[in-house]
Amino acid sequence: MTAVATAAAGSKPAKAGGCCAGKPASDAPAAAPAAAPPATPAGEPLDTDLGAYVVIGDNGLAQLHLMVDGIHCGGCIQKIEGALKRLPEVETARLNLTTRRLLLTWHGAAARAADFAKTVSDLGYRAVPYDPARLKSADAEEEAALLRCMAVAGFAAANVMLLSVSVWSGHFQDMDQITRDLMHWFSALIALPAILYAGRPFFQSAWAALKARHTNMDVPISLAVTLAAGMSLFETMRGGPHAYFDSAITLLFFLLVGRYLDRRARGRARSAVERLLALGATAVTVLRRDGSQVLMPPEQIKPGFTVLTAAGERIGADGAVIDGRSDIDTSLISGETLPQSVAPGDKVFASTVNHSGPLKIRVTAVGEDTLLGEIVRLMEMAEQRKARFVGVAERVARAYAPAVHALALATFIGWLTLMAAPWQVALLNAVAVLIITCPCALGLAVPAVQVIASGRLLRRGILLKTATALERLAEVDTVVFDKTGTLTTGRLELLTDAAYGPAPDPADLEQAAALAMVSRHPLARALVRAAPPVAAADGVEEVPGSGLRLETPAGELRLGSRAWCGVPEDETTAGPELWFARPGEAAVRFAFQDSLRDDAVAVVEALRRNGTEVALLSGDRQPTVEAVARQLGIARWQADCRPDEKCARLAELAAEGRKVLMVGDGLNDAPALAAASVSLSPSSAADVSQTAADAVFQGERLAPVVELLAVAKAADRLVKQNLFLSFAYNVLTIPIAVMGFVTPLIAALAMSSSSLVVVGNALRLSRARQTSA
Amino acid sequence: MSGILYLIPIALFLGGLGLVAFLWALRSGQFDDLDGAAHRILFDDDEDDKAPRDPL
Repeated sequence: MTAVATAAAGSKPAKAGGCCAGKPASDAPAAAPAAAPPATPAGEPLDTDLGAYVVIGDNGLAQLHLMVDGIHCGGCIQKIEGALKRLPEVETARLNLTTRRLLLTWHGAAARAADFAKTVSDLGYRAVPYDPARLKSADAEEEAALLRCMAVAGFAAANVMLLSVSVWSGHFQDMDQITRDLMHWFSALIALPAILYAGRPFFQSAWAALKARHTNMDVPISLAVTLAAGMSLFETMRGGPHAYFDSAITLLFFLLVGRYLDRRARGRARSAVERLLALGATAVTVLRRDGSQVLMPPEQIKPGFTVLTAAGERIGADGAVIDGRSDIDTSLISGETLPQSVAPGDKVFASTVNHSGPLKIRVTAVGEDTLLGEIVRLMEMAEQRKARFVGVAERVARAYAPAVHALALATFIGWLTLMAAPWQVALLNAVAVLIITCPCALGLAVPAVQVIASGRLLRRGILLKTATALERLAEVDTVVFDKTGTLTTGRLELLTDAAYGPAPDPADLEQAAALAMVSRHPLARALVRAAPPVAAADGVEEVPGSGLRLETPAGELRLGSRAWCGVPEDETTAGPELWFARPGEAAVRFAFQDSLRDDAVAVVEALRRNGTEVALLSGDRQPTVEAVARQLGIARWQADCRPDEKCARLAELAAEGRKVLMVGDGLNDAPALAAASVSLSPSSAADVSQTAADAVFQGERLAPVVELLAVAKAADRLVKQNLFLSFAYNVLTIPIAVMGFVTPLIAALAMSSSSLVVVGNALRLSRARQTSA
Repeated sequence: MSGILYLIPIALFLGGLGLVAFLWALRSGQFDDLDGAAHRILFDDDEDDKAPRDPL
């Protein structure tokens, strides 16, 4: 990893003043004095008064962030947003499924917040004012609770099945009724408490929905399980031959497996969100009026403060330089490869990295007013414009529940009227229909494929963050790349190719590298990388924005910009360069370039061969972008794109009916990543971009893009096969159930075999890897 | 017939033992970070525990 990439990851605090050669040590802001307050933000008061969380925007709209507990499907979003938007004063209501964050804006008094929260809770969901710490623990607890339920259900299912197999064998031999009843009672003893415990996630969700006069997928599940258990208990008490305890508990077990896997698939997104929050949390060194220094959390910084930034540190706030000269790495913001020199009076932005000298900065904007705040706002806007993607499992579930209930009811009425059966028999058959149609295979069909696909991608270094990413990737027909850090490595390399001029003399290189050792400037680092290992020269002085200087008995050695080395400007050479001037010798030029990733050409070629259109959108300058586009043979390219221009371009592509995969890494790409129908970013990307992206890939190669699309297409095929298989199973078994021929043995066989077929089919995805690798 | 009066409780007890062991493992945080645990196995034991190297 380069110094740039490491700094971009931003996880470790920068060393204060570590690399300012030639500067007096006292000049660098060292650790905070003992009087510094702890670097934790003042805790929010833990009251339930929603008014305290309401923010009045400058357009007069009141704003409230709510965390909504208990949503796990798109139907919930529809319900909550729909109900809120029906209220006349509500301007916007937007629920984010990944973060479970609800953004509300309305006209009028802040005190109305309580009414809106009540609207949400009336629908059967719990709403609390947004607090990231609580969001994290609520999710983790939910996951752990699901796992506990799964363990209990698994234990009970195995033991009940043990008893059930004995009973089924007994049907064909001569098990007496007392033994059978004993077995049934034992089954009831195990199954009933287990169902009560492990069924809670379904019961609670179904009850909340029913109480609010809605229905969701958990209603048929709860109904089937409860009826099956209740009917079996009744049969057991009257000594009947059939009990469905095993079906009820196995069903719960399978569904819990599916739900747990589904929940875990979103775990990575959560950690990425936590990272985003951490991004704003680096303490900032503030210079007090009396000259003392304190460390403060960024949210306490106010415009007009003076902050200090050491070399190698991330700048904490947007502002103007009032003292010091340095080079600023802005690649995460603008896509520009070369650091910018800054001098007093220049503007600098939060989350850029200060390379060569300490800076004193007057803060001009904080929090939501900063460039980062602006990017996040653009991102949210892009996300909200995007039509919500409805996963295939959800589309199926919407049609499924009403159909199954109608069928069970028809069976009950049919047996009562047409067959003139007693109500117990009619109910028995209706329950059998509910059990046999319970979406066991359906509940596993999609998660099984997704889990195996994400496992396969994980082994290739690709992390899938969003649950529906695979489905959206399968539709992709256009790939849009960012340049710096995506198609290129984002790391400057010394040009040694004869095509770009005479190769540098090894002796010159070695001598220059000895000077360059002391600098953090990306060009200096690139020079050191290209040279054989050398010892750093003593007494080298760095002049930020210009270069390095070393006094020797023979005269002064200089390494740095063209002007620093006294070389006249000329138009013939472009691109990043360093000059090395020695007394009595002609200055030597070292040229650099941001080289393409090793397999960039092959990847673009492979994408085009698969019929995918490739485009390039970059914030870098035109000549650089044009050169890269030509090298890769990309016809559609655009340079000097601002973040909103990238978004606009993606919107145009979407309007043409294209499904776009955006691949980018910079802060300037984050809105575009959010706007694209699906997005990918390298793990060296800015935190915000990784948060916005649906998937993150690791490593130096670009090949994961091709792999990702291939796996997504394979997964899509398998999901469709699985859905077909579970439907075929239902078509076969429903008539048997309606006619009343179902016994617990048949139900267990049908349910388990259909689940096994679906999971087995999904497993083919991981087997394909071995044959193709 | 009398055999199963012993065997069923024994089977239940052994199964329950497994369940309790799992719940204990869950409660003591062993399932909190499965991916982390998957990587952790590759760490060298003799390195400083507090600062494991980035496994990737």
